[in-house]
Amino acid sequence: MANVLVFIDNPGDALKKSSLELLTLGRSLGETAVALNGDMHQDVSATLAEYGVSAVFRPSAQDLDDYLVSAKAAYLAAAAGAAGAGTVLLDNSPEGKEIAARLGIRLNAGVITDVVAVDADGTAHKSVLAGSYTTAARTTTAVSVLTVKANNVTPEPASVASAPETSTVEVPADGMATAARITAREQKVASGRPDLADARIVVAGGRGVDGDFGPVEQLADALGAAVGASRAATDAGWISHDAQVGQTGKTVSPQLYISAGISGAIQQKAGMQTAKVIVAVNKDAESPIFEIADFGIIGDLFDVLPQATEEIKKRKG
Amino acid sequence: MKIIVLVKHVPDAQFDRHLNGEGYTTDRDESILSELDEYALEAALQLAEARGGAKAGNQVIALSMGPSGAVNAVKKSLQMGATEGVHLTDSALAGSDAAATSLALAAAIRHIGTGAPVDLVLTGMASTDGETSLVPAQLAERLGLPQITFASSLTVDGGRLTARRDADTYSETVEASLPAVVSVTDQINEPRYPNFKGIIAAKRKSITTLSLADIGVDPAHVGHTGSWTTVTAAEERPPRTAGTIITDEGDAGIKLVDFLAAQKLL
Ligand SMILES: Cc1cc2nc3c(=O)[nH]c(=O)nc-3n(C[C@H](O)[C@H](O)[C@H](O)COP(=O)(O)OP(=O)(O)OC[C@H]3O[C@@H](n4cnc5c(N)ncnc54)[C@H](O)[C@@H]3O)c2cc1C
Ligand SMILES: Nc1ncnc2c1ncn2[C@@H]1O[C@H](COP(=O)(O)O)[C@@H](O)[C@H]1O
Repeated sequence: MANVLVFIDNPGDALKKSSLELLTLGRSLGETAVALNGDMHQDVSATLAEYGVSAVFRPSAQDLDDYLVSAKAAYLAAAAGAAGAGTVLLDNSPEGKEIAARLGIRLNAGVITDVVAVDADGTAHKSVLAGSYTTAARTTTAVSVLTVKANNVTPEPASVASAPETSTVEVPADGMATAARITAREQKVASGRPDLADARIVVAGGRGVDGDFGPVEQLADALGAAVGASRAATDAGWISHDAQVGQTGKTVSPQLYISAGISGAIQQKAGMQTAKVIVAVNKDAESPIFEIADFGIIGDLFDVLPQATEEIKKRKG
Repeated sequence: MKIIVLVKHVPDAQFDRHLNGEGYTTDRDESILSELDEYALEAALQLAEARGGAKAGNQVIALSMGPSGAVNAVKKSLQMGATEGVHLTDSALAGSDAAATSLALAAAIRHIGTGAPVDLVLTGMASTDGETSLVPAQLAERLGLPQITFASSLTVDGGRLTARRDADTYSETVEASLPAVVSVTDQINEPRYPNFKGIIAAKRKSITTLSLADIGVDPAHVGHTGSWTTVTAAEERPPRTAGTIITDEGDAGIKLVDFLAAQKLL
């Protein structure tokens, strides 16, 4: 019997990398089944087989997306029962965490969020207090619900492919009865740059850009990087709130984070201090960002960034 | 309206924060009202004021669960304008995880709602120490209520609540009927500072202290024993240290690229 259940929400045409990571992690813990919501494209079912998935569950209702979270939690609880799952894995998005929260109460299961690794015995590893501690945690319940951060597992197909059976799970009606309803949805325009949350390089600007993100964006494009920002810059409306890095924005762990015109307040550091390499450009030598920078430049970003951009273009030919 | 705002007393992030003792709980010596809960309180005050405020019978009740010091989070809420405060405190609560916290808070909310029912429970988007964002959704599940989390705007019209939520690739409008649990982001408003009048007025406002016995919760279901998760190890990450700092002498952009090349980051 399967003992791990992975939730995959609306995969579209192909499974996202984060879903492949969950499947790979699931397999390291036991036999892995999938609870899917939304359409199952042919390529998706082929990938599930490649990843050795033992069974696929689909909901009896097609309108789970119209409700906020509780309908999905109700479905997933039923699927976990059908799969006999001892561990349920979800992605660590805000929605993933909320579904996990409600699922935990439904299953009397402990929930651990922000997980970066799971040992064979179920011990989960995560960092807390804005990255200042790494901790190991376990649930004390029969079922464990874990939300796993992206980019911590290398996706790997199974050595032997499977031929998973698909079955339908009845969605309990009470998940819909008390749910908030989604009444409208507007898509945002894509920037064309790499996704901030898992970019290899991030160039971020703060109040110091003084309304002009041009130098930050040009350096980002020369490096193939995503653009980030401090809350001072997003609050000023110079760039969309999606670009905010920090406690109430995104947490990023890129190979390289270039911080320009950002003082390095604790709430900003909370979102970027686990970057491999930090470069800071700031006019003020006393700025706290220099305490954590591997390479710091005391200077004006309007001089330093354009010069670096030109130099990179020159070297890249 | 009768609104409960959940306010948590958390270690001030401006200082170094530590985990210690049984179960590696957070050291709460230098603690404050969680900044992210101020947005929930401000949202509650605006909803109450738009309906004629306390004079028109609107209540904004600040509820905090925590050790004796947590009463300070309630006091600060009263200074900002909450009409009354409730402090849930019991030695058996120490070490509660999100599941146990939501169990105790749900019971406290039911207790506060006896007689006159609660219309709305407002919370912050995450506590600045636990940072799990689990409590609001778990409360909603335990209370059997609709939940709207991460609201960046909120309006209430009769018994209906409308909110806006922003995700990376889309924004959505969501609706729910009251009563409901709503968590709000730091985009929703600009929290007020307590003014002199507010500080004086707060001294006359009442704070009710509740124990687990008062709200009918079995101590075995909360705290270290009742929690469904346990921390087995905690290690302080060595702080990042500063590297090379240079002052721009006209060629810092080139030096930056040299550094990136040396680190094989180009
Ligand atoms: C509840 C809460 C949540 C928060 N969440 C976040 C969050 O998620 N992310 C976040 O970033 N912040 C967050 N903040 C805000 C945070 O506390 C800081 O206020 C914010 O990060 C400051 O942004 P900044 O560094 O861009 O601006 P400032 O602190 O004003 O710093 C600007 C810097 O730019 C430098 N500068 C100016 N001109 C130039 C120039 N031409 N060239 C080079 N350098 C220049 C200055 O020396 C200064 O160091 C939060 C605050 C609260 C209360
Ligand atoms: N002990 C507590 N007392 C009061 N409110 C709390 C407590 N713990 C959590 N909350 C509320 O739940 C929100 C989310 O907390 P968390 O799930 O810990 O991230 C916080 O912003 C608070 O509004």
